Amino acid sequence: MNRSTSPFAWWRFVKLFKDWRVFLDALLVTVGVALAALALAVAIGAVLGIISTSRRKPLRAVTRVYVEFFQNIPLVIIAFFMFNALPYAGIMLSTATIGILGVGFYHGAYVAEVVRAGIESIPKGQFEAAHSQGFSYFSTMIHVVLPQTLTIILPPLTNQAVNLVKNTSVLAMISGGDLMYRTNSWAADKASYAPALVVSGALYFLLCFPLATAARAYEKRIIRAGLVTAATEEKIIAVTDSE
Amino acid sequence: MLQVIADVFTPSNTRFILKGLALTVFISIGVVLVSIVFGTVLAIARTYEKRLLGKIAAVYIETFRNTPLLLWIIGAVFIIPRSLIGSPMMRGSFGLMLYTSSVISEIVRGGINSIHSGQYEAARSQGFNFAQVLFFVVLPQTFERIIPSLMSQIVTTIKDTSFFAQVGIAEFFWSMRNVMSSLSKNVVITTAHVFVIYVFIALVYFVINFTLSCAVRAMRRRLADA
Repeated sequence: MNRSTSPFAWWRFVKLFKDWRVFLDALLVTVGVALAALALAVAIGAVLGIISTSRRKPLRAVTRVYVEFFQNIPLVIIAFFMFNALPYAGIMLSTATIGILGVGFYHGAYVAEVVRAGIESIPKGQFEAAHSQGFSYFSTMIHVVLPQTLTIILPPLTNQAVNLVKNTSVLAMISGGDLMYRTNSWAADKASYAPALVVSGALYFLLCFPLATAARAYEKRIIRAGLVTAATEEKIIAVTDSE
Repeated sequence: MLQVIADVFTPSNTRFILKGLALTVFISIGVVLVSIVFGTVLAIARTYEKRLLGKIAAVYIETFRNTPLLLWIIGAVFIIPRSLIGSPMMRGSFGLMLYTSSVISEIVRGGINSIHSGQYEAARSQGFNFAQVLFFVVLPQTFERIIPSLMSQIVTTIKDTSFFAQVGIAEFFWSMRNVMSSLSKNVVITTAHVFVIYVFIALVYFVINFTLSCAVRAMRRRLADA
């Protein structure tokens, strides 16, 4: 048979489409891990972010340590630590659990910074006004500060969700059965990298691009509506620069 | 404990680890520098929104921003022909550079957009042509503003190089894994060995990245004051 030897040859794609189930199952693993990790990251980020604006120094110190730890160590190392080292201490986690915890802890640090920057961008006068009206600290937070914060931080949070989906690919390094892992192993198996990477790239793009576009559209809208200035929004997004 | 440390950090292992660390730092700095140039070109191209050039830049940026880095590293290492780029290290770095450029181009674009439009008009009214406005008025101010964000990209890129361990590029993390697996040939690996290795890995990344992050924050404060 006279087949083209180009890495992008059509027959290679045909071969891949026959195995579509492999890629679909893997995509579902990626989506499942991403959703659970996102829930964990938002929970950690909300709690730590709010605590980091507290007046109590020891509380702030704890959140600082958490954030600096996870922002300055690669996600790959966190995942491998759980995969390689924890079993020596008698802790065996499934790769899906490692994906959820690793990615969740890692992005939790970034979400915490976004939440902190969001709360700090609310003018001090609002706290004082609420206080003078007899609002307690908690009711000021819940009724005045957090609803406004949520509006402002939604675009950077959505960007975090995009990066979180991309970062679940760390599972490929610990045989996690996610989309990147199946892509890589199928490609190595069939000696056809190009079609596998093109298809899986397209699948990641389909997950991420709508989120990224929605974030941008929403950001433009709240700036135009005067809910936040472009400079403030830029400042909040800058806290995730090292991600 | 001391025996464990002595097992891990034998003179030959230490040399091997330092070589890996040097490669990580070398690749990161090189990738960021090249990406600043390419990212700036992309950012300028993207300002021509209605032209073909601007559309190509937009497609490039969106493609890379919405797909995982590991995909590009694997793609670069396994698809780029050996005859084009010889070493896997250079192919992997090329993939990382393509990815990082898309991130940096968005930083540069944000910087360009933050320059007041009055500056363009003033420069044009003084007889500057478009290229002159860009090089003498807009870009110098843009870079002054975005230097902290560009520095943060070094932190990001140092973290990103750890993905190279997947394709066998001998960067720091790969070297550490290699030390760990070769250790099992000489001694019985205990929990202490594994934890010494991982604490050391985390510490090295942390010290480098935290120092850089602190420098970035100090710079941001100085810029905000100015």
